[in-house]
Amino acid sequence: MELNLFRREKENINIVIVGHVDHGKSTLIGRLIFDTRSLPDEKIEEVKKISRDLGQRFEFAFLLDQLQEERENYMTIDTTQVFFQTRKRRYVIIDAPGHAEFIKNMITGATQAEVAVLIVDAKEGLKEQTKRHAYLVSMLNLEKLVVVINKMDLVNFSQGIFNQVKGELTQFLNHIKLSASYFIPISAKNGDNVLRRSRRMAWYRGPTLLKALDSLALESQEKDRPLRFSVQDVYTIDGEKIIVGRVESGVIKRGESVFLFPALKEKEVKSIRVFNQYKETAKEGENIGITLNEPVFVQRGNIICQGKNLPKLMYKFNSSVFWMSSEPLRVKQKVIVRCATQELVSYVERIEKRINSSSLEVLEDKAEQINLNEVAQVTFKNDAPLVLEEFHFIEELGRIVIEDKSTGNIQGAGIVKFLDKI
Amino acid sequence: MDYLDTLENKSVYVIREAYSRFRNIAMLWSIGKDSTTLLWLCRKAFFGKIPFPIIHIDTTFKFKEIYEFRDRYVKDWDLNLIISKNEAAIEKGISPTKNDKFSCCNSLKTEALKTTLKQYDFKALLLAIRRDEHGIRAKERYFSPRNINFEWNYANQPAELWDQYKSKSVTEEHIRVHPMLHWTELDIWRYIQREKIPVVGLYFAKGGKRYRSIGCETCCQAIDSQAENIKKIIKELQTTKIAERAGRAQDKEQAYMMQKLRSLGYM
Repeated sequence: MELNLFRREKENINIVIVGHVDHGKSTLIGRLIFDTRSLPDEKIEEVKKISRDLGQRFEFAFLLDQLQEERENYMTIDTTQVFFQTRKRRYVIIDAPGHAEFIKNMITGATQAEVAVLIVDAKEGLKEQTKRHAYLVSMLNLEKLVVVINKMDLVNFSQGIFNQVKGELTQFLNHIKLSASYFIPISAKNGDNVLRRSRRMAWYRGPTLLKALDSLALESQEKDRPLRFSVQDVYTIDGEKIIVGRVESGVIKRGESVFLFPALKEKEVKSIRVFNQYKETAKEGENIGITLNEPVFVQRGNIICQGKNLPKLMYKFNSSVFWMSSEPLRVKQKVIVRCATQELVSYVERIEKRINSSSLEVLEDKAEQINLNEVAQVTFKNDAPLVLEEFHFIEELGRIVIEDKSTGNIQGAGIVKFLDKI
Repeated sequence: MDYLDTLENKSVYVIREAYSRFRNIAMLWSIGKDSTTLLWLCRKAFFGKIPFPIIHIDTTFKFKEIYEFRDRYVKDWDLNLIISKNEAAIEKGISPTKNDKFSCCNSLKTEALKTTLKQYDFKALLLAIRRDEHGIRAKERYFSPRNINFEWNYANQPAELWDQYKSKSVTEEHIRVHPMLHWTELDIWRYIQREKIPVVGLYFAKGGKRYRSIGCETCCQAIDSQAENIKKIIKELQTTKIAERAGRAQDKEQAYMMQKLRSLGYM
């Protein structure tokens, strides 16, 4: 009975809406939830009332922009989420702010999504954040991209203008090796091609935005990757040491030999357990506890591995780093680098190929620092070895974050593309 | 893994992350369905024995069913319970009927919690808030810092990505940890159904009325409903156009009430 209920479960997708400030992200989401009748009536009434109290016209964006500061300034400050469903799927829609100064909030939103919808104002065309957000979608490796060209009502629903913006954007996307599944002309404000097919753009033969989202084919098959299990903690329960953590990739099996990194010790998996249950195997994404056949020193940050392609221990590595803080990252600076549950002190040895993440212009070949919203190739030298993988092979161990030692805040995000390129 | 397993695994990861980073932590239990689910997830994360205290903020105005439920499961689940009360304010007679809701919530909940946190010096606090509950809560992070005055700086929140959460800085009083941020109300009920998690009886319809969200008896309104079991609640939620917190008075007294309450340290 219960099983059937879950088999009928709809597919769940997280979508982030990105794009330049004022190109209509929050309005589009407001339109989506309004037209799909996904909001309680009371919420809509509340927003209407607040609009009246503030002496403002009712704005769809107000359904999303909940902070007083956001409504008064007609601007999204922080990322937010709404939920709606179609007959096919359940959606979480993530709104990301379009201002350059709120990029860290945009990244926070984008990394929770599998699909990005990039919104471009038909009249304004490509702007600074259009390109930067597209670049980040590419860097963060979101699965799919859909482009909507908004405010078609302001350009008389012109096919010519749509094609022009589409052409320009395609060129930019090609440059960053990103391709869009769809380009859709819409008017979020009036609802054209969002849920309802627009009669005013008969020249457009493609799907509406909602149809397009419903039709995206998302990867769900299991990948054939070697075992990597990141150790989160070690608990002593009834005198027994249980190593807890997450299977980042592959499968862990009871009775099989595994390698403990960085100690490079080989042990056997004696048991795999979750609350009130022993298991024979555990797969990607599962948080489990394990015990080993012989006592060995294990701690948070250790990685348990198996397979032919055992990882390398890296004392020095290179990563393309996106910088999210107004405080720059400097050569010779000591920072905390984190990768899965690993965390260590690292020294910034070199900063090269500093680029503007919007224009993609190379600002400097050899740099002393990276500033807010810039990207550069950074060479790190660690105090201790780090277990890393190339991002395209095992993403979970091919991405790092940089933490500021004094505030504990995450200031930079990095992708390890090639391990041998130092 | 199915959908509920995915939600559960993410939450277990966040719970273990908080314990691993801070050790001296506690969980807030309002005895409602969400925090009872969080308690269940904590039991799962620690194989049945939760290694930190559970705090119940007692305004003294809670439904009697809430107190009964609490006392029963504290025993059944072997919990280390801390009851947090603003005794001074209660003695002075602060109540939701005599005072405005804003002052009452702030005094009997936020202030009580402040005192308890100070007393035990907790570094992090686990809470069962969800993004779909309220627009303001949708802006939260999994690890959300609060300063010495408990204030939430919602306009400048730290970045959070790839399951990497911020560490605590010296100037921060504590970190609010929200392991269930990604769950929806419907997910909660489906999970309660699957896991057979006990919940307070007030959620189930009696005489055509039930509570969708519970707290102080004085500030909760029952909704019209025929849903006398979980299966019917799930069905009801799939079609309802009424907001979950529609019956909660503290959200409605004035515009941005929730934002104001939360920026002062409310849950």
